[in-house]
Amino acid sequence: MSDQPAAMLDIHDLQGWYDESHVLHGISLKVARGEVITLLGRNGAGKTTSLRAIMGILGRTAGSIRFNGAELVGLSPDKIARKGIGYCPEDRGIFSGLTVDENLLLPPVVGKGGMSVAEIHTLFPNLVERRTSFGTKLSGGEQQMLAIGRILRTGASLLLLDEPTEGLAPVIVQQIGVAVRLLKQRGFTILLVEQNFHFASTVADRHYVVEEGKIVDEIANDDLPNQTERLKSYLGV
Amino acid sequence: MIPILNIPTDVLLGQLLLGLINGSFYAILSLGLSVIFGLLNIINFTHGAQYMMGAFVSWMLLTYFGIGYWPALLISPVVVGITGVILERFILRRIYDIDHIYGFLLTYGVALVIESIFRGQYGVSGQPYRAPALLSGVIDLDFMVLPIYRLWVVAASIAVCAGTWLIIEKTRLGSYLRAATERPVLVRAFGVNVPRMIMITYGFGVALAAFAGVLAAPLYQVSSIMGSNLMVVVFAVVVIGGMGSIGGSIVAGFGLGILEGLTKVFYPPGSNLVVFVAMILILTLRPAGLFGKAR
Repeated sequence: MSDQPAAMLDIHDLQGWYDESHVLHGISLKVARGEVITLLGRNGAGKTTSLRAIMGILGRTAGSIRFNGAELVGLSPDKIARKGIGYCPEDRGIFSGLTVDENLLLPPVVGKGGMSVAEIHTLFPNLVERRTSFGTKLSGGEQQMLAIGRILRTGASLLLLDEPTEGLAPVIVQQIGVAVRLLKQRGFTILLVEQNFHFASTVADRHYVVEEGKIVDEIANDDLPNQTERLKSYLGV
Repeated sequence: MIPILNIPTDVLLGQLLLGLINGSFYAILSLGLSVIFGLLNIINFTHGAQYMMGAFVSWMLLTYFGIGYWPALLISPVVVGITGVILERFILRRIYDIDHIYGFLLTYGVALVIESIFRGQYGVSGQPYRAPALLSGVIDLDFMVLPIYRLWVVAASIAVCAGTWLIIEKTRLGSYLRAATERPVLVRAFGVNVPRMIMITYGFGVALAAFAGVLAAPLYQVSSIMGSNLMVVVFAVVVIGGMGSIGGSIVAGFGLGILEGLTKVFYPPGSNLVVFVAMILILTLRPAGLFGKAR
């Protein structure tokens, strides 16, 4: 499955540096169109760093990141985004000086087929009544919905979601899970960073395990029940 | 005439108007500084020189090309704004990641270079620049005589400040600017060419300074040192309004101009000091300025 030639995202031997320290040591993975893939691993394994490297906002990278056949390594972040990639950072990145509506409308359109504001409001009804509130007045869950919602409008076909469930109440995590499954049905391709593998198992097709800046394992979601012990040893839970 | 606190009303109103005019320049100049500081994180000490260039370019347009005040009001800010874009693209861009002090030293150095060039060419004595016919003359209000040009300066300043505020607070472009002030890298990762936006914003801030320079040309003489004298007060205004606060710089600009005018009526020797006294008081009570947020 992972060797499909039509991989939408094809990362090969990705190396990455934060200033002088070498943090990614050869990440290789493939994501096919329409798949939901998670990167699992402990804190500091290089999951968030991998997403930042894809977006071009990690200091220095080497290796290859091909998206729909085009090389991304060496492009500026704005050019990478305009290829059709939507990024939802770990801290959600809600702008405090902007209202909910302004946050929602901020990312420029980068492709065709984005969701309408009405559709996003249907997906995340909480955002409707908070339209004129400033971004940081929202609860953590609402901020997360806004952070995901605003990249659905742009027509990006690949979504990079960095720990969308972190620090959220179980009921909100369920709501995010419903949304991610809906987005998959709509044809979005999603690369998800997660520490919560129970959540990951409810939304993903495959999982990559990241350790010390490398992919050390790949587990199909259907195989997950048999691999729980293996996964637990990776995650140290 | 009814005197207020033993001060004749015409004297009071006259000084109020003078204060409003000074306030008009403070507001436009500190607004430009705030726009630049918000996005570039640089305190643009070249601002006074760019204000002077605005006045000089309109004087040159008239003297060498016979182009009058009204076209100059547009051409001069565009020309000086372009020099700002070039300065940002080739020099300022290199220092964003290092300490503030380098931005201060660099922009101050550039100001000295620009002012020296103009001083070498034109000396320090002022060149006269006549107000256009439409704005010459006075309106006689019975109790006082209002020069039309001064009213125009106040109106133009209010219009430019309100327009800039609307663009920044109420438009999509403005939301990019505000977002990039908070998280430039993230805005870029959404597909906005932030470096280009920074370059254009610097050019716009510089164009505001030049616009103030054109407005000033008929009021004060056009001279190479006209900017450096004014900027000391303008920096105090920016600090009082709150560094980077758009509304704060406008309110503080007009407010301090009026405060200065009133001081001239009630305690003339204090008029040169009152802005700085206000700065000390406000910074003691609110270290981030009236409208500023702690950074």
